[in-house]
Amino acid sequence: MIIKLAVLLPFFAAALIPLVHKFIKREQIGWFVLAVPIILFALISSYIPHTANGKTFIHTLEWIPSLSINFTTYLDGLSMIFGLLITGVGSLVILYSNFYLSAKESLHHFYCYLLLFMGAMLGVVFSDNLLVLYTFWELTSVSSFLLIAFWHHRKASRAGARKAMVITVSGGVAMLVGFLMLYAMTNTFSIRELVAQVDVIQQHELFIPALLCVLLGAFTKSAQFPFHIWLPDAMEAPTPVSAYLHSATMVKAGIYLVARMTPIFGGAETWFWLVTSVGLLTLIWGSFNAVRQNDLKALLAYSTVSQLGLIMSLFGIGSLALAFDFSEELTPVFALAGFTALFHLMNHSTFKGALFMMVGIVDHEVGTRDLRRLGGLLPFMPLTFSIALIGAFAMAGLPPFNGFLSKEMFFTAVTSLQHFDVFSLESAVVWMPIVAWLASVFTFVYSMIIIFKTFFGKYHPERLDKEPHEAPFGMLVSPFILCALVVLIFFFPNVLAHYVLQPALASVYPTLPLDAITPHISPWHGFNLELFMTLGVIVLGIVLYKTKRYWSYVYTFLQPRHSFNALYEWIVTTTENTSQRVTNKYMNGYLVHYFTYIYIIFLAVIGGYFVMSGAFNFDPSTDSKVETYELMLVCIVACAAVSLLFAKSRLSSVLITGLIGYSVGFFFIIFRAPDLALTQLVVESVTTALFLVSFKYLPNIKPEPSAASTKWRNAIISVAVGSLVTIIGLTIVNYDKFEPISKYFENSYELAGGKNIVNAILGDFRAFDTMLEVVVLFIAGLGVYTLIKLRGRKEAADIENK
Amino acid sequence: MKINDVILRTVVKAVVFIVLTLGIYLFFAGHNAPGGGFIGGLVLASAVVLMYLAYDIETVQKTMPFDFKKIAAIGVLLATGTAIGSVLFDVPFLSHTDAYYNLPLLGKTHLTTVTIFEAGVALTVVGVVVTIILSISEEGEEQ
Repeated sequence: MIIKLAVLLPFFAAALIPLVHKFIKREQIGWFVLAVPIILFALISSYIPHTANGKTFIHTLEWIPSLSINFTTYLDGLSMIFGLLITGVGSLVILYSNFYLSAKESLHHFYCYLLLFMGAMLGVVFSDNLLVLYTFWELTSVSSFLLIAFWHHRKASRAGARKAMVITVSGGVAMLVGFLMLYAMTNTFSIRELVAQVDVIQQHELFIPALLCVLLGAFTKSAQFPFHIWLPDAMEAPTPVSAYLHSATMVKAGIYLVARMTPIFGGAETWFWLVTSVGLLTLIWGSFNAVRQNDLKALLAYSTVSQLGLIMSLFGIGSLALAFDFSEELTPVFALAGFTALFHLMNHSTFKGALFMMVGIVDHEVGTRDLRRLGGLLPFMPLTFSIALIGAFAMAGLPPFNGFLSKEMFFTAVTSLQHFDVFSLESAVVWMPIVAWLASVFTFVYSMIIIFKTFFGKYHPERLDKEPHEAPFGMLVSPFILCALVVLIFFFPNVLAHYVLQPALASVYPTLPLDAITPHISPWHGFNLELFMTLGVIVLGIVLYKTKRYWSYVYTFLQPRHSFNALYEWIVTTTENTSQRVTNKYMNGYLVHYFTYIYIIFLAVIGGYFVMSGAFNFDPSTDSKVETYELMLVCIVACAAVSLLFAKSRLSSVLITGLIGYSVGFFFIIFRAPDLALTQLVVESVTTALFLVSFKYLPNIKPEPSAASTKWRNAIISVAVGSLVTIIGLTIVNYDKFEPISKYFENSYELAGGKNIVNAILGDFRAFDTMLEVVVLFIAGLGVYTLIKLRGRKEAADIENK
Repeated sequence: MKINDVILRTVVKAVVFIVLTLGIYLFFAGHNAPGGGFIGGLVLASAVVLMYLAYDIETVQKTMPFDFKKIAAIGVLLATGTAIGSVLFDVPFLSHTDAYYNLPLLGKTHLTTVTIFEAGVALTVVGVVVTIILSISEEGEEQ
């Protein structure tokens, strides 16, 4: 229950911000918001002692039990890691942005979106139900869209936001399909129950399609090759957002999904090959591209892409631990990869968060983050420099920082593939370690670029917008906390391993004996292969960094028009143009045409169904006798309907329509349906009033000249629709294809506590419909209001790119 | 041409109260007899519309200084709030409950959370209907 409240608290706080932001000063709003992640962090970390002992917490709240959709929160080791990251980095980022963003920005929007994101992300990692997880998953995409487009007056921000949204949401939809397939196999949406039924799933013919769909969702979210293109563009967001969403948390949702699904899909050959090779490809492509960036933030974006690929590939290798029966020698070797993935996940969040904040400080204090203009900042910003040094050395994998430990273990993992001989791994044994090693060389090169191009070299005051000076104390607090963690984790890795990583490992490998597969982390293993690989990285990295200008021409082979960005643009514009062409074909502004489409489809589907199922059977002799006054009413309605065709003015047609409506109301009275009659009468009156006020806008009725054939066609359609409705009305009495539900409603007093069946249906049995209808009605009303009220002001403000 | 609408105005003065009372009656009657949130809301809205038709907008706004958009928003919040509220009591989303209480003046009364939900529906209907008709007619006057 506590965890459930933890997920909901950010949403409550986000809803509260618009209400209270007028009463508190702009600068102070961030401090109130800061309380939320701090409370949550304290709350979640209070569970660490329990999860470290292997305990899990589960709480179910029935949401839509009839569709087996329940809001179940599940706290285990894996969700604990992510919960700590989300709230911990969240606190630091909000603290940082209190100093980073000026009070002139619309801070209440910013923090509202940020809290929405935090809640959604917590929802993703704590949900046990796949559909609830999916909902929160898409919500993170939406809040990321809002945050990237926070400076929405800039064209690049809007384009980046849209790109991120399109790519992640399409992946999300694929993932939903995968979830539905899992449901089709097992009849449950609960992840725990799926894990329990893993044998059923792996034998099922939908196994591979479901695997592919789920991976598509994970790859798009975690910016894996070739979907990585959205992440560099997402850097248009304010830097705290980039540090939080696009390096520490949201992009790791895909990794979370892969880790969560490892017990289900792990051990399958497709899973291993896809996750590992896509991860390694992303790793090398991201690091290779990072080296050529001139914008510090773009460099960090590509480096994030590459590090995400590293973690992904580790989970791929780690899945091999489930591919065969447990063995004392081999299983721990591969489980080490999964362990390293979790370890590097933590490490990456610490050093990359610090680096992003460092770039934000440089941008804030100097006015640019272009590497061609920066240089020689060390004397001005010594503290910022130390952040950059620690972060970049950790990223490059140098001691004494946590990145060194996980990088060494990564090398161990990739080289361990030689111990394994299923899945025809011979080729992989060769190329995978080489790719990993080369990528680490590039990682080393761009880490050096961050440090040396920014803080050393020649200082060019004329190229900078501002006089450089050290950042205020408040901005330095958060990155220094992260840097302290970077160092602390290096010296005490096994504390972290025991309390946080080991329980998470238990969630990834629930079937394996935990103590046997948990490694002991130590910085020194003697002179082994991994150490020589690291030394090689350093030597070749320094050489490549020094000679960069001689080999950087290789990047000219990467033409923009052959890139994945160009492909994305082509897909988007082609889809837009095609759909516009098709839509313009049938949405031509003629009301008659629209009615024709609607009626023809109605005739085909409804009429077709009744004919096919042979439901047309009615027997007039069993119907009750038609009274004279009923016939009179029918005559009135019919006469009014026919005379409507010959009405010459709007007023008379409005009145005649009203007449028809009121007569129908009388039918309801005769047939003893007072609720319907009342509604019908009031609706008719209000509609007539609505017609009266909108008279001014309507042109006079003019006879529209149309060909005789068109008129005949329309007449035939109208008569056919009218007859169909009449016949259905007569048939429906004898219809017995479905079980009647009226028994249910007749018990309304016992089931819903009300004697009025109509209202018991509206307010209780079908209350979900009513609730959403109320919302729709409200949105429609607001739509009318804004369309009319804001129309006149269209030219006033130029909202396009400034 | 000046339209003489003395009769309409006089009738409206009396009728509006009847219609409003009817609307409120229908709202509360809805539980066990014909009526309910939607119809009650519509009747209330039609009373307001009737006043707008008989008098001008300024006069009505002086007597009823509400922002009908806000009324609609409150209605939506009430309806969704009742739905979410049930979650706080650890029962499925949108669960309703009812009980009989002895209240002063009213005697034994049947109280139920459906009434709050229906109040939300009614307020939304009033707010939206009046907002739509007002915005269309106001725009017409400006032209």
